[in-house]
Amino acid sequence: MRATAVLVGLALGTYALKSAAPLMLGGRELPRPLARLALLLPAALLSALAVIATFTDRRSIVLDARAAGMAAAVVALWLRASFVVVVIVAVLATAAVRL
Amino acid sequence: MALAVTPFGIAFGVAGAKAGLALWQTSGFSVLVFSGSAQLAAVDIVGRGGAVPSAIAAGLLLNLRSLGFGVAMAPSLSGPWWKRAAWSQLMIDEATAVGSAQSEQRWRRYGFVFAGVVLFLAWNLSTLLGATAFAGAGDLVHRWGIDAAIPAAFLALLWPRLASVDQRVTAVVGGAVALALVPIAPPGVPVIAAGLGVAAGWRARRREGAA
Repeated sequence: MRATAVLVGLALGTYALKSAAPLMLGGRELPRPLARLALLLPAALLSALAVIATFTDRRSIVLDARAAGMAAAVVALWLRASFVVVVIVAVLATAAVRL
Repeated sequence: MALAVTPFGIAFGVAGAKAGLALWQTSGFSVLVFSGSAQLAAVDIVGRGGAVPSAIAAGLLLNLRSLGFGVAMAPSLSGPWWKRAAWSQLMIDEATAVGSAQSEQRWRRYGFVFAGVVLFLAWNLSTLLGATAFAGAGDLVHRWGIDAAIPAAFLALLWPRLASVDQRVTAVVGGAVALALVPIAPPGVPVIAAGLGVAAGWRARRREGAA
């Protein structure tokens, strides 16, 4: 039930954000502060999600094999690897540490 | 590119099953929301027992960027309202990137729609695969390190944004705030609170501009 509520709410809200400009804005630009917010907010949240998915287990902070996977991912990104390579490198490095 | 979203899609399918979602719910997210990072964030919060509004808010804050994508693509997406309504569902990072790379308006639209449709199919097929074939394999997911695909995907999406100082400051502060809050705040709240990183990043550019 909770999952369905999240599904409906997130689907409607996301569609509103996706379609606002094509349906209503036409060729006009966003007000600058809003454009800035739309640019910066994802950086904060993606970082938070990456950190939480790496260093936490439920509600405790942990350091385990996933951290090694992320370190490998950083190296791959530094070497300009593509999205799929980065993900695979992280998976393999994590698996290797857990062997 | 379609290949690139496949591990991420599988990881989402597994995450949905692990969070206790029915198959139609997990797939429903991929069809109706169609935004990888927001889906994962919301489903993760549901799985950790977070409140419904926190899960929705975390996903929507993350998707504020699709408002920006819409602004970038709107001039190229001319046509009757029902076409623009359908195209809007494809407003994701990759489709916008392909569309924006073309110079002529018509080709921008073709690129956007083509990439969007291909990714929509790949994303939904891989979600199904993850939620069915890989769902019961919790132990295997752990042993093969497939759980690491999720933070890696977030990191890869974040990486190109770190080129600018203000986004870098925003990301560092946001990540630190979130991690600090995990042990003490209800699930979902740390991700939303990470938005405070924006305040730090906002000032970073002003300083950069002044120098």
